[in-house]
Amino acid sequence: MPQLLDKTRVLLDVEAMARTDVQLMLDVKAGDEQSFELLLRRYRTPLINFLYRMVRDQAVAEDLTQEVFFRVYRARQEYAPSAKFTTWMFRIATNLALNSVRDNRHRQMEVSMDQPIGAGEEQQRALELPDRTPTAEQDLVARSRSDLILKAVHALPEKQRTAVLLHKYQELDYGEIARILECSESALKSLLFRAYETLRAELAPMMDSSTKA
Amino acid sequence: MSGTERDKQQCAALENSLVEYLDGRARPAERRFVEEHLAGCADCRLRAEEFRALSGVLDGLPVMFPSPSFDATLRARINAEPAPRRFWDWLPSPRLAFAVTALVAMSVWLASMPRALTNSTIANQAPAETDIGMIRDLSVLENYDVVSKFDALSELPVPPAASPETVTKKETR
Repeated sequence: MPQLLDKTRVLLDVEAMARTDVQLMLDVKAGDEQSFELLLRRYRTPLINFLYRMVRDQAVAEDLTQEVFFRVYRARQEYAPSAKFTTWMFRIATNLALNSVRDNRHRQMEVSMDQPIGAGEEQQRALELPDRTPTAEQDLVARSRSDLILKAVHALPEKQRTAVLLHKYQELDYGEIARILECSESALKSLLFRAYETLRAELAPMMDSSTKA
Repeated sequence: MSGTERDKQQCAALENSLVEYLDGRARPAERRFVEEHLAGCADCRLRAEEFRALSGVLDGLPVMFPSPSFDATLRARINAEPAPRRFWDWLPSPRLAFAVTALVAMSVWLASMPRALTNSTIANQAPAETDIGMIRDLSVLENYDVVSKFDALSELPVPPAASPETVTKKETR
Protein backbone atom coordinates (compact mmCIF):
# COMPACT_ATOMS: atom_id res chain seq x y z
CA MET A 1 0.00 0.00 0.00
CA PRO A 2 2.70 2.60 0.87
CA GLN A 3 4.48 1.67 -2.38
CA LEU A 4 1.29 2.34 -4.34
CA LEU A 5 0.92 5.70 -2.61
CA ASP A 6 4.52 6.60 -3.44
CA LYS A 7 3.98 5.64 -7.09
CA THR A 8 0.80 7.76 -7.25
CA ARG A 9 2.63 10.71 -5.71
CA VAL A 10 5.48 10.35 -8.20
CA LEU A 11 2.99 10.17 -11.09
CA LEU A 12 1.20 13.28 -9.81
CA ASP A 13 4.54 15.09 -9.46
CA VAL A 14 5.54 14.14 -13.01
CA GLU A 15 2.17 15.28 -14.30
CA ALA A 16 2.49 18.56 -12.42
CA MET A 17 6.04 19.12 -13.66
CA ALA A 18 4.90 18.47 -17.22
CA ARG A 19 2.46 21.37 -17.01
CA THR A 20 3.75 24.42 -18.81
CA ASP A 21 4.64 27.60 -16.98
CA VAL A 22 1.64 29.36 -18.48
CA GLN A 23 -0.73 26.60 -17.31
CA LEU A 24 0.77 26.78 -13.83
CA MET A 25 0.50 30.55 -13.73
CA LEU A 26 -3.14 30.41 -14.85
CA ASP A 27 -3.77 27.93 -12.04
CA VAL A 28 -2.10 30.32 -9.59
CA LYS A 29 -4.43 33.02 -10.90
CA ALA A 30 -7.38 30.74 -10.19
CA GLY A 31 -6.17 30.38 -6.59
CA ASP A 32 -4.09 27.18 -6.73
CA GLU A 33 -1.21 27.67 -4.30
CA GLN A 34 0.41 24.33 -5.25
CA SER A 35 1.07 25.61 -8.76
CA PHE A 36 2.95 28.57 -7.32
CA GLU A 37 5.06 26.13 -5.30
CA LEU A 38 5.90 24.30 -8.53
CA LEU A 39 6.93 27.50 -10.28
CA LEU A 40 9.03 28.40 -7.27
CA ARG A 41 10.73 25.00 -7.31
CA ARG A 42 11.31 25.27 -11.06
CA TYR A 43 12.85 28.74 -11.16
CA ARG A 44 14.34 29.67 -7.77
CA THR A 45 17.80 28.24 -8.58
CA PRO A 46 18.09 29.68 -12.14
CA LEU A 47 16.88 33.04 -10.84
CA ILE A 48 19.22 33.20 -7.88
CA ASN A 49 22.16 32.34 -10.17
CA PHE A 50 21.15 34.93 -12.74
CA LEU A 51 20.75 37.59 -10.06
CA TYR A 52 23.98 36.66 -8.29
CA ARG A 53 25.87 37.04 -11.56
CA MET A 54 24.19 40.39 -12.12
CA VAL A 55 24.81 41.90 -8.65
CA ARG A 56 27.76 39.78 -7.34
CA ASP A 57 26.33 39.62 -3.82
CA GLN A 58 24.71 36.44 -2.54
CA ALA A 59 22.51 38.06 0.12
CA VAL A 60 21.28 40.71 -2.31
CA ALA A 61 20.69 38.06 -4.98
CA GLU A 62 18.56 36.05 -2.58
CA ASP A 63 16.56 39.14 -1.55
CA LEU A 64 15.99 40.05 -5.18
CA THR A 65 14.90 36.50 -6.03
CA GLN A 66 12.34 36.70 -3.24
CA GLU A 67 11.19 40.04 -4.59
CA VAL A 68 10.74 38.57 -8.11
CA PHE A 69 8.58 35.71 -6.82
CA PHE A 70 6.66 38.05 -4.56
CA ARG A 71 5.89 40.35 -7.50
CA VAL A 72 4.88 37.40 -9.67
CA TYR A 73 2.51 36.23 -6.95
CA ARG A 74 1.09 39.69 -6.35
CA ALA A 75 0.47 40.21 -10.08
CA ARG A 76 -1.26 36.83 -10.51
CA GLN A 77 -4.72 38.41 -10.97
CA GLU A 78 -3.52 40.60 -13.84
CA TYR A 79 -1.51 37.81 -15.50
CA ALA A 80 -2.36 37.27 -19.18
CA PRO A 81 -0.47 34.62 -21.18
CA SER A 82 0.48 37.04 -23.96
CA ALA A 83 4.20 36.22 -23.65
CA LYS A 84 6.27 33.36 -22.27
CA PHE A 85 6.28 33.18 -18.49
CA THR A 86 10.10 33.23 -18.39
CA THR A 87 10.19 36.42 -20.49
CA TRP A 88 7.97 38.14 -17.96
CA MET A 89 9.83 36.75 -14.96
CA PHE A 90 13.33 37.54 -16.26
CA ARG A 91 12.23 41.03 -17.24
CA ILE A 92 11.18 41.66 -13.64
CA ALA A 93 14.47 40.15 -12.46
CA THR A 94 16.54 42.22 -14.90
CA ASN A 95 14.88 45.48 -13.88
CA LEU A 96 15.34 44.71 -10.20
CA ALA A 97 18.98 43.73 -10.68
CA LEU A 98 19.86 46.80 -12.73
CA ASN A 99 18.17 49.09 -10.20
CA SER A 100 20.04 47.38 -7.38
CA VAL A 101 23.40 47.74 -9.19
CA ARG A 102 22.69 51.43 -9.89
CA ASP A 103 21.64 52.08 -6.28
CA ASN A 104 24.74 50.30 -5.01
CA ARG A 105 27.00 52.26 -7.36
CA HIS A 106 25.36 55.47 -6.19
CA ARG A 107 25.87 54.45 -2.54
CA GLN A 108 29.52 53.59 -3.19
CA MET A 109 30.02 56.96 -4.85
CA GLU A 110 28.55 58.70 -1.79
CA VAL A 111 30.89 56.73 0.50
CA SER A 112 33.94 57.55 -1.60
CA MET A 113 32.99 61.26 -1.64
CA ASP A 114 32.90 61.19 2.18
CA GLN A 115 36.23 59.37 2.51
CA PRO A 116 39.46 61.34 2.86
CA ILE A 117 41.61 61.46 -0.28
CA GLY A 118 43.84 58.40 -0.51
CA ALA A 119 41.69 56.15 1.69
CA GLY A 120 39.86 54.78 -1.34
CA GLU A 121 43.11 53.90 -3.08
CA GLU A 122 44.33 51.97 -0.06
CA GLN A 123 41.04 50.15 0.19
CA GLN A 124 41.20 49.35 -3.52
CA ARG A 125 44.75 48.01 -3.09
CA ALA A 126 43.59 45.87 -0.15
CA LEU A 127 40.76 44.50 -2.25
CA GLU A 128 43.11 43.60 -5.06
CA LEU A 129 45.64 41.85 -2.84
CA PRO A 130 43.97 38.43 -2.63
CA ASP A 131 44.06 38.18 -6.44
CA ARG A 132 47.86 38.65 -6.44
CA THR A 133 48.74 36.30 -3.61
CA PRO A 134 49.29 32.75 -4.78
CA THR A 135 46.74 30.31 -3.31
CA ALA A 136 47.69 26.78 -2.41
CA GLU A 137 44.22 25.37 -1.98
CA GLN A 138 42.39 24.11 -5.06
CA ASP A 139 39.05 25.64 -4.10
CA LEU A 140 40.67 29.00 -3.59
CA VAL A 141 42.06 28.81 -7.12
CA ALA A 142 38.66 27.91 -8.45
CA ARG A 143 37.09 30.72 -6.47
CA SER A 144 39.55 33.27 -7.78
CA ARG A 145 38.92 31.99 -11.32
CA SER A 146 35.18 32.40 -10.92
CA ASP A 147 35.76 35.82 -9.33
CA LEU A 148 37.74 36.86 -12.39
CA ILE A 149 35.01 35.63 -14.70
CA LEU A 150 32.35 37.42 -12.68
CA LYS A 151 34.44 40.58 -12.61
CA ALA A 152 34.86 40.49 -16.39
CA VAL A 153 31.14 39.85 -16.93
CA HIS A 154 30.25 42.59 -14.46
CA ALA A 155 32.51 45.07 -16.25
CA LEU A 156 30.39 44.75 -19.41
CA PRO A 157 27.82 47.46 -20.14
CA GLU A 158 24.44 46.66 -18.52
CA LYS A 159 22.70 45.49 -21.68
CA GLN A 160 25.61 43.33 -22.85
CA ARG A 161 25.95 41.77 -19.39
CA THR A 162 22.26 40.90 -19.21
CA ALA A 163 22.35 39.50 -22.75
CA VAL A 164 25.35 37.25 -21.97
CA LEU A 165 23.84 35.95 -18.74
CA LEU A 166 20.48 35.18 -20.33
CA HIS A 167 22.11 33.62 -23.40
CA LYS A 168 24.96 31.67 -21.84
CA TYR A 169 23.49 30.60 -18.51
CA GLN A 170 19.71 30.65 -18.92
CA GLU A 171 19.82 29.47 -22.53
CA LEU A 172 16.80 31.55 -23.46
CA ASP A 173 16.11 31.84 -27.18
CA TYR A 174 17.07 34.98 -29.06
CA GLY A 175 13.48 36.21 -29.46
CA GLU A 176 12.89 35.97 -25.72
CA ILE A 177 16.12 37.77 -24.77
CA ALA A 178 15.35 40.48 -27.33
CA ARG A 179 11.92 40.99 -25.76
CA ILE A 180 13.41 41.18 -22.25
CA LEU A 181 15.98 43.75 -23.40
CA GLU A 182 13.44 45.49 -25.63
CA CYS A 183 15.58 45.40 -28.76
CA SER A 184 15.49 43.64 -32.14
CA GLU A 185 16.93 40.16 -32.62
CA SER A 186 19.62 41.40 -34.98
CA ALA A 187 20.59 44.12 -32.46
CA LEU A 188 20.80 41.40 -29.80
CA LYS A 189 23.10 39.23 -31.95
CA SER A 190 25.39 42.18 -32.52
CA LEU A 191 25.26 42.96 -28.77
CA LEU A 192 26.24 39.40 -27.92
CA PHE A 193 29.07 39.37 -30.44
CA ARG A 194 30.56 42.57 -28.98
CA ALA A 195 30.15 41.25 -25.42
CA TYR A 196 31.93 37.96 -26.23
CA GLU A 197 34.66 39.88 -28.05
CA THR A 198 35.30 41.94 -24.89
CA LEU A 199 35.25 38.84 -22.69
CA ARG A 200 37.60 37.06 -25.09
CA ALA A 201 40.14 39.86 -24.62
CA GLU A 202 39.62 40.13 -20.83
CA LEU A 203 39.77 36.42 -20.12
CA ALA A 204 42.48 35.54 -22.65
CA PRO A 205 44.97 34.45 -19.93
CA MET A 206 42.40 32.02 -18.54
CA MET A 207 41.68 30.66 -22.00
CA ASP A 208 45.39 29.96 -22.49
CA SER A 209 45.64 28.15 -19.15
CA SER A 210 42.49 26.16 -19.80
CA THR A 211 43.72 25.06 -23.23
CA LYS A 212 47.11 24.15 -21.73
CA ALA A 213 45.43 22.18 -18.95
CA MET B 1 33.99 44.83 -55.95
CA SER B 2 37.44 43.36 -55.11
CA GLY B 3 37.93 40.04 -53.37
CA THR B 4 39.32 41.58 -50.17
CA GLU B 5 36.40 44.00 -49.93
CA ARG B 6 33.95 41.12 -50.30
CA ASP B 7 35.86 39.18 -47.62
CA LYS B 8 35.65 42.18 -45.25
CA GLN B 9 31.92 42.42 -45.80
CA GLN B 10 31.56 38.71 -45.12
CA CYS B 11 33.65 39.04 -41.93
CA ALA B 12 31.33 41.84 -40.79
CA ALA B 13 28.26 39.76 -41.69
CA LEU B 14 29.67 36.93 -39.58
CA GLU B 15 29.26 39.10 -36.49
CA ASN B 16 25.52 38.51 -36.61
CA SER B 17 25.79 34.77 -37.23
CA LEU B 18 28.85 33.46 -35.39
CA VAL B 19 27.36 33.26 -31.88
CA GLU B 20 24.21 31.61 -33.19
CA TYR B 21 26.33 29.15 -35.19
CA LEU B 22 28.53 28.25 -32.21
CA ASP B 23 25.59 27.57 -29.89
CA GLY B 24 24.00 25.36 -32.54
CA ARG B 25 20.89 27.50 -33.06
CA ALA B 26 21.69 28.80 -36.57
CA ARG B 27 19.34 27.96 -39.43
CA PRO B 28 20.74 25.67 -42.14
CA ALA B 29 21.35 28.50 -44.66
CA GLU B 30 23.13 30.57 -42.03
CA ARG B 31 25.18 27.58 -40.90
CA ARG B 32 26.30 26.93 -44.49
CA PHE B 33 27.31 30.57 -44.90
CA VAL B 34 29.41 30.53 -41.68
CA GLU B 35 31.08 27.23 -42.54
CA GLU B 36 31.99 28.39 -46.04
CA HIS B 37 33.42 31.65 -44.69
CA LEU B 38 35.38 29.97 -41.92
CA ALA B 39 36.91 27.55 -44.43
CA GLY B 40 38.38 30.48 -46.35
CA CYS B 41 39.12 33.06 -43.58
CA ALA B 42 41.89 32.25 -41.09
CA ASP B 43 41.12 35.30 -38.87
CA CYS B 44 37.48 34.38 -38.41
CA ARG B 45 38.42 30.72 -37.88
CA LEU B 46 40.76 31.76 -35.05
CA ARG B 47 38.05 33.98 -33.59
CA ALA B 48 35.54 31.13 -33.70
CA GLU B 49 38.00 28.83 -31.90
CA GLU B 50 38.58 31.46 -29.22
CA PHE B 51 34.85 31.95 -28.78
CA ARG B 52 34.53 28.20 -28.20
CA ALA B 53 37.33 28.32 -25.62
CA LEU B 54 35.68 31.33 -23.96
CA SER B 55 32.42 29.40 -23.68
CA GLY B 56 34.34 26.67 -21.81
CA VAL B 57 35.84 29.26 -19.44
CA LEU B 58 32.43 30.81 -18.75
CA ASP B 59 31.12 27.35 -17.85
CA GLY B 60 33.49 27.48 -14.87
CA LEU B 61 31.13 29.58 -12.78
CA PRO B 62 29.81 27.62 -9.81
CA VAL B 63 26.07 27.06 -9.44
CA MET B 64 24.49 28.61 -6.37
CA PHE B 65 21.51 27.33 -4.43
CA PRO B 66 19.01 29.25 -2.33
CA SER B 67 19.47 29.17 1.44
CA PRO B 68 17.37 26.65 3.44
CA SER B 69 15.18 29.45 4.80
CA PHE B 70 14.38 30.81 1.33
CA ASP B 71 10.96 29.18 0.88
CA ALA B 72 9.84 29.87 4.45
CA THR B 73 10.80 33.54 4.24
CA LEU B 74 8.97 33.95 0.95
CA ARG B 75 5.91 32.11 2.27
CA ALA B 76 5.82 34.36 5.36
CA ARG B 77 6.04 37.44 3.16
CA ILE B 78 3.23 36.23 0.92
CA ASN B 79 1.05 35.35 3.92
CA ALA B 80 1.58 38.84 5.34
CA GLU B 81 0.16 40.31 2.14
CA PRO B 82 -3.56 41.12 2.46
CA ALA B 83 -5.79 39.09 0.15
CA PRO B 84 -6.83 40.94 -3.01
CA ARG B 85 -10.35 42.43 -2.81
CA ARG B 86 -12.86 41.06 -5.26
CA PHE B 87 -15.97 42.78 -6.60
CA TRP B 88 -18.31 41.43 -3.93
CA ASP B 89 -15.87 42.46 -1.21
CA TRP B 90 -16.60 46.06 -2.10
CA LEU B 91 -20.33 45.57 -1.39
CA PRO B 92 -21.33 46.68 2.14
CA SER B 93 -22.44 44.23 4.80
CA PRO B 94 -26.23 43.46 4.93
CA ARG B 95 -26.68 45.35 8.23
CA LEU B 96 -24.98 48.48 6.88
CA ALA B 97 -26.95 48.23 3.62
CA PHE B 98 -30.26 47.99 5.59
CA ALA B 99 -29.36 50.94 7.80
CA VAL B 100 -28.40 53.15 4.85
CA THR B 101 -31.57 52.20 2.91
CA ALA B 102 -33.78 52.95 5.94
CA LEU B 103 -32.09 56.33 6.43
CA VAL B 104 -32.58 57.29 2.79
CA ALA B 105 -36.24 56.18 2.82
CA MET B 106 -36.93 58.20 5.96
CA SER B 107 -35.32 61.31 4.46
CA VAL B 108 -37.43 60.99 1.30
CA TRP B 109 -40.62 60.52 3.35
CA LEU B 110 -39.88 63.56 5.52
CA ALA B 111 -39.08 65.68 2.50
CA SER B 112 -42.34 64.74 0.75
CA MET B 113 -44.58 65.69 3.74
CA PRO B 114 -46.57 69.07 3.54
CA ARG B 115 -45.18 71.72 5.82
CA ALA B 116 -47.47 72.34 8.87
CA LEU B 117 -47.08 75.68 10.57
CA THR B 118 -46.63 75.41 14.29
CA ASN B 119 -47.43 78.11 16.90
CA SER B 120 -43.82 78.87 17.34
CA THR B 121 -43.33 79.54 13.64
CA ILE B 122 -46.40 81.87 13.62
CA ALA B 123 -45.09 83.65 16.68
CA ASN B 124 -41.77 84.01 14.97
CA GLN B 125 -43.39 85.27 11.77
CA ALA B 126 -45.60 88.07 13.44
CA PRO B 127 -42.80 90.31 14.68
CA ALA B 128 -41.12 89.89 11.37
CA GLU B 129 -44.17 91.34 9.53
CA THR B 130 -44.37 94.27 11.98
CA ASP B 131 -40.73 95.04 11.40
CA ILE B 132 -41.26 95.06 7.65
CA GLY B 133 -44.19 97.54 8.05
CA MET B 134 -42.06 99.81 10.18
CA ILE B 135 -39.30 99.81 7.66
CA ARG B 136 -41.76 100.64 4.88
CA ASP B 137 -43.18 103.69 6.80
CA LEU B 138 -39.83 104.81 8.16
CA SER B 139 -39.76 108.04 6.10
CA VAL B 140 -43.17 109.10 7.49
CA LEU B 141 -42.16 108.30 11.06
CA GLU B 142 -38.98 110.23 10.70
CA ASN B 143 -40.99 113.36 9.73
CA TYR B 144 -43.77 112.81 12.33
CA ASP B 145 -42.71 115.68 14.64
CA VAL B 146 -42.55 118.09 11.76
CA VAL B 147 -45.96 117.03 10.48
CA SER B 148 -47.65 117.21 13.93
CA LYS B 149 -46.28 120.72 14.69
CA PHE B 150 -46.85 122.15 11.22
CA ASP B 151 -48.83 125.42 11.73
CA ALA B 152 -49.87 125.74 8.14
CA LEU B 153 -52.01 122.65 8.52
CA SER B 154 -54.13 124.29 11.24
CA GLU B 155 -54.90 127.23 8.93
CA LEU B 156 -56.49 125.02 6.33
CA PRO B 157 -60.27 125.54 5.94
CA VAL B 158 -62.37 122.93 7.66
CA PRO B 159 -64.51 121.09 5.16
CA PRO B 160 -68.24 121.89 5.60
CA ALA B 161 -70.27 119.25 7.36
CA ALA B 162 -72.90 117.62 5.18
CA SER B 163 -76.45 119.21 5.65
CA PRO B 164 -79.44 116.94 6.37
CA GLU B 165 -81.06 118.13 3.11
CA THR B 166 -78.42 117.02 0.82
CA VAL B 167 -78.38 113.69 2.58
CA THR B 168 -82.09 113.12 1.98
CA LYS B 169 -81.70 114.19 -1.69
CA LYS B 170 -79.06 111.62 -2.25
CA GLU B 171 -81.14 108.95 -0.56
CA THR B 172 -84.20 109.66 -2.77
CA ARG B 173 -82.08 109.41 -5.90
